[in-house]
Amino acid sequence: MQIIKDQQIIDNEWRHSEEIGELPSGKVSVSIEHWQAQREALIARGHIGLRLTATDSLDTIKNDLKHFELIAIEFDKFNDGRGFTLARLLHERHGYAGEIRAVGTFLRDQLYYMERCGFNAFELPEGQDLQEALNAFSEFSVTAQPDVHHTEAQAGPWR
Amino acid sequence: MYHYDEHDKQLVQQRANQFRDQVKRRLSGELPEEEFLPLRLRNGVYMQRYAYMLRIAIPYGLLAAKQVRMLAHIARDYDKGFGHFTTRQNIQFNWPELENVPDILDKLASVEMHAIQTSGNCIRNTTTDPLAGVAKDELEDPRPYCEIIRQWSTLHPEFDWLPRKFKIAISGAQSDRAAVYFHDIGLRLVQNEQGKTGFQVLVGGGLGRTPVIGKEIKAFLEKRHLLSYLEAILRIYNMQGRRDNAYKARIKILVNALGVDEFRRQVDEEWQQIKDNGLELYDENIERIKGFFQPPAYEDLSDGDDRLTEKLNGNPLFATWYKHNTSDHKQAGYRVAYVSLKAPTTPAGDATDSQLDAIADLADRYSFGEVQATHNQNLVLKDIKQTELYELWQALSKLKLATPNIGTLTDMIVCPGGTFCDLANANSIDIGQQINDKFDELDYIYDLGDVSIKISGCMNACGHHHIADIGILGVEKSGKEWYQITLGGSPGLDAAIGKRLGRSVEKERVAAVVGDIIDIYKEQRHGDESFLEVYHRLGIDIFKERVYADN
Repeated sequence: MQIIKDQQIIDNEWRHSEEIGELPSGKVSVSIEHWQAQREALIARGHIGLRLTATDSLDTIKNDLKHFELIAIEFDKFNDGRGFTLARLLHERHGYAGEIRAVGTFLRDQLYYMERCGFNAFELPEGQDLQEALNAFSEFSVTAQPDVHHTEAQAGPWR
Repeated sequence: MYHYDEHDKQLVQQRANQFRDQVKRRLSGELPEEEFLPLRLRNGVYMQRYAYMLRIAIPYGLLAAKQVRMLAHIARDYDKGFGHFTTRQNIQFNWPELENVPDILDKLASVEMHAIQTSGNCIRNTTTDPLAGVAKDELEDPRPYCEIIRQWSTLHPEFDWLPRKFKIAISGAQSDRAAVYFHDIGLRLVQNEQGKTGFQVLVGGGLGRTPVIGKEIKAFLEKRHLLSYLEAILRIYNMQGRRDNAYKARIKILVNALGVDEFRRQVDEEWQQIKDNGLELYDENIERIKGFFQPPAYEDLSDGDDRLTEKLNGNPLFATWYKHNTSDHKQAGYRVAYVSLKAPTTPAGDATDSQLDAIADLADRYSFGEVQATHNQNLVLKDIKQTELYELWQALSKLKLATPNIGTLTDMIVCPGGTFCDLANANSIDIGQQINDKFDELDYIYDLGDVSIKISGCMNACGHHHIADIGILGVEKSGKEWYQITLGGSPGLDAAIGKRLGRSVEKERVAAVVGDIIDIYKEQRHGDESFLEVYHRLGIDIFKERVYADN
C-alpha cells in the first residue's frame, strides 16, 4: 500500500507485528508491551518501530526513543485528539526526530493539524485518494499560534 | 475594536475556502455525512429539527456597524429575515441552505467575521462582560485578552478534538457579569499585593446535566504566562478527560474526579515545562492588542445636563426606559444604553434584518459605530451621550427595541427549545410567551425589582436555568412537555446552582407557578430585599408549599 510521507506519496515499507513473538523480516513496528518484553532482542535486530495507542504513556519509553526508526500513533476514532498531543510531546519535548506516523481511523481533513503537531507520515484508511489528500497541506499558509514548524515569531497576529 | 491584519485575513479566508471544498466534497458524495459532521460543526453548521443552522462567532460579543449590516444582509438573503443572539454572545441563523454557507462565510470574511469553532469539541468563542471598557467598576479592560485568546485558539492544531467543547470567559470588573464561575475556564483580572494586575484562574465550572461551580486553580497568574497556562490546562484535559461518555467528558468531571489539588499539581507540572517555550506574552504584544481597545474620542462633558433632566421630567415613558435600560458609564456625560431584544411578542434574542440595519445606523450615529451582544441575549450601545439618549430612545421605540425591561422578570434568557432545536425535550419559546402574557403590567414588574428567569428546553442548559432566581427546565414525560422549576441560582461572584422546587409541572401551569413564587416573594419581602435574599432567609419550603398546595 501507499502512504503519504513528507508530503510525498511513497510505498509503505513498514509492517506491524500484532503479537509478541517471531517477527517477519524487514521494518516492523511493535507495541509498548512487545518492546518491553523483548527489548534487548529487538535492539539487536534493528529496524524497529513503535506503535502507540491513545492511552499509552510516553514516560515508559521516553529513554528508548533512539532505538525507533518510526513511531506510529494509532487512532481508534478520528475524534480522539490524544494522538495530537502524543505527537507533539514526542517531537517537541522528547526531541524525537524519526518518522511519526498516523495510523488507524483519521480524516484527510485532519492532516494539516496533525502535521503541525509533528506527524510527518500518514497511513490513510483504504480507499482514500492520496493525491487529493495532499491538498490538505496547502490549504493554509498562515497559523495563529506556534507549532512544531512555526516558531513564536512566525506565529499568530498577536506578535 | 480589533481589526484584522493580513495574517488574520488570510487565515479566515483560507478557512472559508477550505469549507467550500469540504461542502463540495460532501455534496458530491465523496465525503460521507459521518466525516463531514465534525467539519461542519467546526464551521458553525448544525443540523436542527428542520434545517441547517449556522452559528456565527461574535468574538467577545463585539460588533462593528458594518458587521451588523452584514448580519442583516445574511438574515434577509439567506434566512427568513431574522437572527438569534445566543448566550455565548454569538448569533445564529436557522434557515440557511448548506450550499449557500460557503458564500455566507466569504461574505463574513469580507467584514472580518467567521464561524470558526462555534461548535464541535474544540475551544469556543471567549465571552466577557458586556460592559467591558465602560464599566465604572472595571479594574482592566478584558477584551485585549479575549482577542489574544481568540487568536491563540483559532485552528489550534493540538486542541481541535477535545473530549468535549471548551468555553472560556474573562471578567475585568469588581462584580462579575461574565459568569466566570460557570465556564470550563474562568479568568478574572485581579490585583496582587504588589499592585500588579494578573489573572485569577478558575477551572471546571459549567452548567449542562451536571452543574458545577468553578474552582480556583491559581490565585494569581502573571499576564505573560496566560497562554502557556491555558495550554497546560488544555493538554491535561485533552489527555485525561473522559472520552467514553459524552455526558461525563467536560473538564468539570475530570477536575472533580482528580480533585482540584491534584489537577492543579498536574497542570503546574506541565506548565513548568512549556511556560518559556514560545507562548509568552511580552508587554509589547499586550500593548499592541490593547491599542485596538482604546477609549473612543469622548467629548469633555459632565453628568446631569439640564437637557436630559428636562426630557426625563417631561416624558415619563422616556424616564422609565432611562431607569431600566441605561446604566452608568465611567465617562462623565455618557451612559450605556441597552437595546432590548425582549419585546413581549418576539422570542428572546431575536432581531430582524431591518432591526439589525437600523441598529447599525444608530451605532454609527450615537455610539462610535460599535454594538455589543450580551450573554443575556440583548444588545448594548455602550457610549451614548446623555443628551442624545432621548433621540436614541425615540428611534429604538419605533423599532420595538425599547421594551423597558432590562434586568426585570421579563428579560428572560430563553433557548430556542423545541421550536428549532433537535436536542430539546420541550418548548422554551412558548413558556417565555406564557410568562410575558401573565406579567404584562410593567408597574407590577418594576415593583419586583431585578428578578431573573432563565428557560432551557433540555438538560444541556443552553438557557442557563441553573443560575437564575427562577430556573425553568423542559423535560419530556410520556410524550408530554413538563417543566422543572429551580430556585436560588446565581451567575455572579456569589455563584450558586438553583435548587429543585419539587416535581415538574404541566406546561399550562408554568406561568401560574412563577406567579405563586413571585407572590410569596412580594408578601415576604422586607423593603428592597432581592429575590435571592428572601429565598435565602426563608428557604425553599414556603415556595414549595404554595406551588404544590392544590394537589
